[in-house]
Parts: sequence; C-alpha cells; structure tokens
Amino acid sequence: MSNLNSLSYFWPELILTGTVLVAIVADLFYRKEDSFKVAWWVLGGLTLTMAAIRMGGSAVTDLFMGTIALDPFAEFFKVLILLSTVLVILISFKTDELKNYSVGEYFSILAIMAFGLFLMASAIDILMVYLSIEIVSIMSFFLAGYLKKSQLSNEAALKYVLYGAFSSGIMLFGFSILFGLTGSTKFFEIRQALAGLENGANLALIISAVFILAGFGYKISAVPFHFWTPDVYEGSPTTITAYLSIAPKAAGFAMLIRFFNQVMGDGTAMINDSWSALGGLPWPQLMGVLAVATMSLGNLVAIQQNSVKRMLAYSSIAHAGYMMMGLPVMSNQGIYGIMMYLVMYLFMNLGAFFVVIYIQGKTGGESYEDFNGLGWTMPFIGVVMALFMFALTGLPPTAGFIGKFYLFAAVIEAGPQFYWLAFFGALNSVISLYYYVRVVKHMYLRGERSDDVSMPSSNLVTVLLVFLAVPSLVLGVYWEPVANWINQSLVLLSSGM
Amino acid sequence: MDSLTNYLFVSASLFCLGLYGVITRRNAVAVLMGVELILNSANINFVAFARFSGMNMAGHVYALFVIVLAAAEAAVALAIIINIFNNFKTINVDDVSQLRQ
Repeated sequence: MSNLNSLSYFWPELILTGTVLVAIVADLFYRKEDSFKVAWWVLGGLTLTMAAIRMGGSAVTDLFMGTIALDPFAEFFKVLILLSTVLVILISFKTDELKNYSVGEYFSILAIMAFGLFLMASAIDILMVYLSIEIVSIMSFFLAGYLKKSQLSNEAALKYVLYGAFSSGIMLFGFSILFGLTGSTKFFEIRQALAGLENGANLALIISAVFILAGFGYKISAVPFHFWTPDVYEGSPTTITAYLSIAPKAAGFAMLIRFFNQVMGDGTAMINDSWSALGGLPWPQLMGVLAVATMSLGNLVAIQQNSVKRMLAYSSIAHAGYMMMGLPVMSNQGIYGIMMYLVMYLFMNLGAFFVVIYIQGKTGGESYEDFNGLGWTMPFIGVVMALFMFALTGLPPTAGFIGKFYLFAAVIEAGPQFYWLAFFGALNSVISLYYYVRVVKHMYLRGERSDDVSMPSSNLVTVLLVFLAVPSLVLGVYWEPVANWINQSLVLLSSGM
Repeated sequence: MDSLTNYLFVSASLFCLGLYGVITRRNAVAVLMGVELILNSANINFVAFARFSGMNMAGHVYALFVIVLAAAEAAVALAIIINIFNNFKTINVDDVSQLRQ
C-alpha cells in the first residue's frame, strides 16, 4: 500500500507519536516535584491508542510500501505491549527508586519504547526490523541508567549499551549478507529469492542466519546471547526490569516468529507445519538445543541467587527458554503456545516484580531475607506472591500451567523426534520449583510470627496486585477467552502486495 | 579492480577488526569504536551490493539509516560513559562491576 493510503491504517502509532510529543512539551511546564503528572498525559495517550487498535478492524495488508504488516497477529502483540506499558507506568507512581529524580522523560521514553515495540511486532522489512530494534534498544539504555546517581543503575546501562550495540551490529552484518544474496530488504521478496538460490550460497546463508539469530537472541535473552540480562535486570530500576522482562521479549518473539516463518520458513509453514531446511542445517534441532540450553542455564543459576530480583532475572531467561520450545515446531500450535504463554507470563511475571517493588519500598532490600515473615505481617502480599511463584513454576490450577500445557502439547504433537525437548522442559519446570518455593518458604516459615497485620499502605498497589493475581489464577481454570482471542489473532500477513 | 569481491574483502576485514576491538579492548570508548567499525563494515556491504546488483536504491537507503542510527547510539553510549566516569572515576569496563557475577 502506498505511503499516503497507509496513514489511515496507522492511527495507533500516530496517536502514540502525538502522545510522546505532548508528554515532552507538558514536562516543560511542570516543576520537578510535579513531574509525575506527565504520566497522566501518557496514560491518556495510551488509552486512546488502545481504542484506535480496537476500532481498527481486522484488515490484513501491508503498509508503507511493504515495510510494515497490519494483521491480527501484530494487533495481539500491540495489545500485550500496551497493557504492560500501562501497568508499569501505574506501578512507577509507587516506587521509591525514582523519588529524587525528575520523571517527565521517564514516562515519555516509556511511550517511545512502546512505539518502537509496535514497529517490532509488525516489521516485514529488514530495514524496519533494524530500525525498530534500535528504537527500543536506545530507549531501554536510557531507562536502565535512569538513576543517574546510582552506581548499579549506571553499570547496568553501560553493560546494556555495549552488549546491545555489539549484537545489533552483528545482526546488521547478517542482514547485509542476506541483502547481498537476495537483492531485496522485504521479507516476501527475500523469501522468493531464497527459494531460487542455488546451493553455492549455502555457507553465506548460514553465516547470515546465525548473525541475525544473534540479534534476535539478544532481544529475547536466549543462550548464548544472554550475558547482559542478569546484570541489566538487577541494576535497572525495578519498574524497568519488570518492563524489560515482558514487553521487549514479547515483541522479540513476534519478530522472531515472523522472520523465521516468512523468510526462513517457506511461508506456508503456518498451515502445512513444514519447515524448509535452510542451508542443509538441522534448524529445528538446533533451535531445540538452544531452547534447552536457555532454560537449563536460567534455572540452574537462578537457584544460586540471594536476591529475589536477580533470581527473577534468571527465571526470565528460563521462561524465554520455555517459549523457544515452540520455535522448532514452527507450526500453528507452536506459535499458539508461545502466544498463550506470553499472555500468562505477562500477568504472573509483572505480579512478581510488582511485589518486589513494593517490598523494596518497605524493607529497602530485595534479598530473600527481606521476605522473612511477610506472609504473617502482610497476609495479602504473602498470598499473592505465593500465587505468582506457583504460577511461574507452572503448577495447576494457575495460569502458568495452562501456558506450559499448550507449549508442551505443541512439542509432543510434532512427533517423537521432539520428545526429548518436552522431557527437558518438564525437568526444568521441576528444578524451577525449588527457587520459587524458596520465596514462599521465607515468607511463611522464616522470621518471627507477628500479630500486627497490615494491608499494603497504598490502594493503587492493592488494585494492581489484584488485577494481576486474579488472571494468574482464573486463567488457569477458565482460559477460553484468551484461547479465542489467540485463535482470531493467529493470522499473519503471508504474501506481499 | 572495480569488482564486488574487493569491497566485500574490505568489509569483512573491517568486521573482523571491529570484532577484535570489542573483544580485546577494556576501555568503554574503544569498545564503542569497535562497534562502529562493525556497523560501517555492514554499510560497505550494503552499498557495494546495491552498486553491483543493478542500482537497487534499497541498499543505499539502508546505509543512510544505519549512519543516522549509529550516531544516535553513539550519542547515548557516550552520555552513559560520561555518567559512568562521574560515578566510578574510570571507564574501564572491568572495573565497573558492582553487580554480582
């Protein structure tokens, strides 16, 4: 579709851009202690964006001369991204970390990041892939280092920027080879050119695919591109850690699915469950090994942590590994499983992080010891945290169980050659039980039992935690609405204009 | 002399030099310079491929975008490094390690 015509389908992104501009200008009119009010402008803009997405209809087309896809698949991820952005902005009101800082830019940058994530979820041109990844990366460098006076936050930003720039550079080199092989930057043209490629280009193709995988792997923090994750997650403001652990990961998976399905796969993979062997390498097995490595490393190192925040960082690596199980079986069901898991993961993971944010404000720390006796002094926090922990483990009847169930079902249905993948997935879930339950143990069995019981001092925190805890439980027994939503969303734009 | 192979050879060398710089240098600014070399090697690839595959403008445009993004990224990275210097009094990436390994 031509550029001018595309604009009428581009309302959500346009509104988001307007929101950013308004927020930046509004920030100029507030004094430092009032700068939190910028958040209301951003929240208003995000609400309008959500309305624009819902009213957009379900057109399936490409925009801006084949650089951006407009399809229900992208819409699904946009809704997830918006939801997590709104939740993170709300919890940012109640964090102590941002107290001595002017936070106008903080909220504007979050909105810019949401814009970049939108583009990530819908990019179908390698130029747009690179552009959107960079928009998101540069904004997350800012946010990771937002606490200018904190050494930890600074260190997180430095590590993030060096790893991030490096891996996107590698990915760019991979794209340049791919461009050389195919003579186009558009997914669909690349696919056609790849299909007609003679075998002599196999080595170049493998090199470029591996380099590109490095960029995607960095975004979803898959082994062996995960090195930045623990340090960045621990050093960043906890609100940002929560955001980084869900929104960019969701968009990264959207991009990975789109790229492998439409460029590396033969495009009909959604229907036929087929996967074109690329360059003679056993890609499904390779991705399976990466998935197992990712979840095993995440889980085994998470056990050794003393800080709950750092434990959650490693656990987010492990969860990326579970979701990667859906990639080798690049079938409708594999993608379905990933989408289902992302929805469940959003609720339980944000919930866990929000509790950590609240406890940080109460006890000033985030180690296991800071959770001692919490189950008795703050019963509400104790119960919801225990729920989030069980959900993250994947125990029935929580949402995490349903997420894992769909992933394992997709893997097992793909045939006996993937049984080992399901086996390692199950084994890892058991391992993860150890460190998740450790939090519950500290909350209920450690520390003295006291009788003065308190609710969270802020209503907003209570409401947010209830909002996250209810789906974490209810979606474990009644997930039909989500299943229907994903069924409708499983439509990818599958050919160029 | 004017063949695609020469350009690809230059870009591959630049890429390797950049990779070497990123891996061996401990000074944050030097690591950043290595990254810039990698980005520029990709740029050479894009422009060379575009030039030798019948003037496909996409490659040139891609290179322009990369130049702009590299500048933006460098600006942010340098700002972070300045902040690191204010807090740590060093920009050696090995010395900046308060976070547990």
